[in-house]
Amino acid sequence: MALLEVKGLEAFYGRTQALHGLDFELEEGGITTILGANGAGKTTTLRSICGMVRNNGAISFDGQALIGQATENIVRQGIAHVPEGRGTFVRITTEENLRLGAYTIKGAREVADGMERVYAYFPRLKERRNQQAGTLSGGEQQMLAVGRALMLRPRLMLLDEPSFGLAPLIVKELFEILRTINREEKVSMLLVEQNATLALNLADHAYLLETGRVVMSGTSDDIASDEAVRQSYLGY
Amino acid sequence: MDLFLQQTFSGLANGAIYACVALAVVMIYQAIDHFNFAQGEMAMFSTFIAWQLMQWGIPFWLVFPICIVISFAGGVAIERIIFGPIHDAPVLSHVIVFIALFSIFNSLAGFIWEFTIKPFPSPFPEAKLLDTNLIGNHELGMIVVVLFMLSLIYLFFRFTPIGLAMRAAAANPESARLVGISVKWMLSLGWGLAAAIGAVAGMLIAPVVFLEPNMMLGILLYGFAGAVVGGLTSPGGAVAGGLLVGVAENLAGTYLIGSELKLTFALIMIVGVLLLRPAGLFGRVVVNRV
Repeated sequence: MALLEVKGLEAFYGRTQALHGLDFELEEGGITTILGANGAGKTTTLRSICGMVRNNGAISFDGQALIGQATENIVRQGIAHVPEGRGTFVRITTEENLRLGAYTIKGAREVADGMERVYAYFPRLKERRNQQAGTLSGGEQQMLAVGRALMLRPRLMLLDEPSFGLAPLIVKELFEILRTINREEKVSMLLVEQNATLALNLADHAYLLETGRVVMSGTSDDIASDEAVRQSYLGY
Repeated sequence: MDLFLQQTFSGLANGAIYACVALAVVMIYQAIDHFNFAQGEMAMFSTFIAWQLMQWGIPFWLVFPICIVISFAGGVAIERIIFGPIHDAPVLSHVIVFIALFSIFNSLAGFIWEFTIKPFPSPFPEAKLLDTNLIGNHELGMIVVVLFMLSLIYLFFRFTPIGLAMRAAAANPESARLVGISVKWMLSLGWGLAAAIGAVAGMLIAPVVFLEPNMMLGILLYGFAGAVVGGLTSPGGAVAGGLLVGVAENLAGTYLIGSELKLTFALIMIVGVLLLRPAGLFGRVVVNRV
């Protein structure tokens, strides 16, 4: 059985419908990416999974129905969302941000362990542990967002445009760490990206979204070698 | 010199009152990002509940915690019942509801307990502890209690996961939800704490100004002044601000402007601080990289 199963997902902003019956699945341990142009509904899909937009349809996570649940309860089942714009708590320190990520984790030992693991993946965060998080650079804040998500000990990580606004070198570093996290921590990932090359490189499965509908799906290799995708999304 | 000391200490005594209220104001501001105009009336209502309990023969030391618990529950209830449903409404709607609460509590207190002035006992001993006429036991006790509350609040926000979660929920509700924090409950908790602090403030103030439905009117303004002067983001600043406003208004009243313009002086302090240092004297200026 797939870890995440989405069937006939519709989402609405006020009266505007943003998703028109989306179907997709995500295997445990895998990395799946959702590609699409601006406004295709990528972010909305992630926000629907976390119950942050009004939606219809069926989303099941490990057999549990998610639709209708409050965001904080969905998160507690092991879904960590790295939001668009990174969602940094700017007024508190880096370490306090990580501590918040472990809000649902009971036990000081577990929290301390989690902190050490995050610092091992992102040594830069350790250097900046007592710095006000709002003063971190964009790349550092993105690392902090991933670190905060990791603190939750998630089974599924939702990543919304982690490469946005970052220098190519930082992006490369970040995506390598994501791959390591996926392998070592057995965290499944659902990745939304504008940068299709990057995303197809990391992911094993891909879905292509157009105006709120899935228009193509397959393994990353298949999608990457598709003529139409190459021309409109990969640009070569 | 004697006059100066006398006035400074009597200013500190008043300042302790303002500090109490300022602390409650900052508490709610931290949680909901708004001034709660009904804060004073809520505190007054709590104090009346304490008075009623004492009328029924319950001793002060028992009334004190009971009243705090009732007020905490009341604060939570107000958030759940009234502010929960209008959570996404614009700021102005909230302001209107604050004003409504203000007049509801004011009239309700008058309706139940009448507008006659009632004495309220001081929890502190009458006998002189210090050999001085500069400051009375009650005023001294008030300052001690406020400082004690302040350290509790500081420890709570600085070192407990719930305290951190409350700060996070106020600063960035969406991110807070994404780490599993129930923002609704954090707001309710903030209201509960503010109401509880208000109750303590009310019970400490009532022996000085006497108990009646309008007892908090002027004091709330000074409390706001203290909170703004000290910085709305800083509980410690609010207490310092409250004491500062108390002393400054007293000295100004004695030496500069006369007692009629004291309240004006407090308002001038608000405007002055907002113009020159909007974060307040002790408030934290938020640095944000864009």
